[in-house]
Amino acid sequence: MSKRMVNILVPLISILLGLIIGAIVMAISGFNPIDGYMALWNGIFMDTYTMGETVRQITPYIFSGLAVAFAFRTGLFNIGVEGQLIMGWLAAAWVGQAFELPAVVHVPLALIAAASAGALWAFIPGLLKAKLQVHEVIVTIMMNYTALHVANALIGVISGGEERTEKIHESASLRSDLLESMTDYSRLHWGFIVALLAVIVMWFILQRTTLGYELKAVGFNKNASEYAGMNVNKNIILAMVISGSFAGLGGAMEALGTFENMSKLHAATGIGFDGIAVALLGANQPFGVLLGAILFGALKNGGLNMPSEAGVPTEIVSIVIALIIFFVASGYIIRVALERFGKKRKEEK
Amino acid sequence: MSFLEVLYFIIPSAIFYAAPLIFTAIGGVFTERSGVVNIGLEGIMIVGAASSIIFNLTFADQLGNATPWIGLLVAMVFGILISLILAVAAVSLRADQTVSGVALNLLGLAVAVFVVKMIYDKGQTDSITERFSRFDIPGLSEIPIIGKMFFVDVYATSILAIAVAFIAWYIIYKTPFGLRLRSVGEHPMAADTMGVNVTKMRYVAVMISGALGAIGGAIYAQAISGSFGASTISGQGFMAIAAMIFGKWHPLGALGAALFFGFAQALSVVGGSIPYVQDVPDIFLLILPYVLTILALAGFIGKANAPKASGVPYIKGKR
Repeated sequence: MSKRMVNILVPLISILLGLIIGAIVMAISGFNPIDGYMALWNGIFMDTYTMGETVRQITPYIFSGLAVAFAFRTGLFNIGVEGQLIMGWLAAAWVGQAFELPAVVHVPLALIAAASAGALWAFIPGLLKAKLQVHEVIVTIMMNYTALHVANALIGVISGGEERTEKIHESASLRSDLLESMTDYSRLHWGFIVALLAVIVMWFILQRTTLGYELKAVGFNKNASEYAGMNVNKNIILAMVISGSFAGLGGAMEALGTFENMSKLHAATGIGFDGIAVALLGANQPFGVLLGAILFGALKNGGLNMPSEAGVPTEIVSIVIALIIFFVASGYIIRVALERFGKKRKEEK
Repeated sequence: MSFLEVLYFIIPSAIFYAAPLIFTAIGGVFTERSGVVNIGLEGIMIVGAASSIIFNLTFADQLGNATPWIGLLVAMVFGILISLILAVAAVSLRADQTVSGVALNLLGLAVAVFVVKMIYDKGQTDSITERFSRFDIPGLSEIPIIGKMFFVDVYATSILAIAVAFIAWYIIYKTPFGLRLRSVGEHPMAADTMGVNVTKMRYVAVMISGALGAIGGAIYAQAISGSFGASTISGQGFMAIAAMIFGKWHPLGALGAALFFGFAQALSVVGGSIPYVQDVPDIFLLILPYVLTILALAGFIGKANAPKASGVPYIKGKR
């Protein structure tokens, strides 16, 4: 079996195994798995409204997946996407409500603010990694909770003690009457176009620029890149900053599209952590991330329909997603199984 | 309020908030010392909290006072079970340890809330009736000043937590098992050559962290929150990881760091009634543990070095 084939089969088998175990869990809990998955399917595709909501849910996942994947390609594990996304959300919500500008200026300005906030939040672990060799995993985890508390405090300051920021001005909103009328008043917004552009931007940076070449080289072998004359430290910081910008833009999708404000958060949003799953499933390739985000976004949104239609708690979807991550991460065993299977077939021939 | 009165007030609550962190951080020390990074402590704590609360609600009538204690044991069993998933993935299947830890957090939360919804038909349980109770330690509480600070209104769980830290120190530094544990985390191939079973040691270490992390979660649930919902444990597990690093991967260091973080938490909760502290915005106390950990890692507060082989799967015969 070719390597390419195996690389495609591992995620597919993982998804299948995840769904099968999800079905077993449902069956043990006294539900009919077929009803459960039918409800999930309907929650994704039932009518134009649910389809609009599904696309809306997919949008931030594309960004968080790209953020994790981009850092991965330079050999960095950015678990801090969650925190960077929160800071981006806050920055976009603030720019959206604090200024009154024409839409042509306002939307890009809010997006740039969000990307910068995310980039800044990722710059700190990048700098610490580059200059002091501090492991980025722990620093980014700590930055997540710092972001959560800082954002909550700033929401209080911005809104004058309220629980949420004011609604953004219409000129900063990504929503549109056209999309709403097409999808039966779902919260679908133009953010998905921005997300698709981001996929292309990541592909372009990695495949068509010197910067991307250097980033990948550092990811493959730091020492070799150093000897080849690349500035490894600069590339580490840049990779984190670009990754953080993607994360920040993911937050902007929530601020300018889905919610049009920001409320105080009691816990992490989960979008950043799910981004790890998305990137892993997409093998850290931009278009792979797109597919991963479509799968997880659809599962998440479809899962919301499961309690009402089949009585199954939505958490079953999170269980399935967690299992898929386990299986993809343990891809070694699936690879071994596939190889043995492949060998047997050859012998039989 | 005089300075002494403030201390009488704040020290017991600092120790009270520290107890879950101490247990979980010590669990983290065990796995990291064996060379397995356990980001999944948060998920383990959630499972411990949920299982103890469900047990407590179900059996409080029959078991009375003993319920929370048996709840700890129940949590321990479930903690070990869920940590086995991490052990299988990270040790046997050579999965990326950080990724499997993240997956464990997702899984722990999802399973806990799923089960709670199945049993109670809602996402948040009722409050438990049998909580851990406080008591004065006879004799010691009579000592002037110190007695009132440390030995009045004490939770037995806090004493247990501090005892566990010292026991962990003894096990890790003074027993053959501890020596093997540390050697597996520093240089697994050398340990393997000397006849230490690397896989077995790492499994045991991950299971210990599952047991201790779940006890930590159960104490948090049965002493502090009193019920279980999706946001009962939010960040406690990560704060325990912070305590472990801030304590430089040493059980007593982790104990000290956890006590300090408990102090910060206590200040953010009861600070409103203490002079001077009430003028400090909450936010600084809330982010203090995390910022300190970053500073510690950056070497501003002494250099913290992780066990050498931490995070690297051991593959026999590979150089």
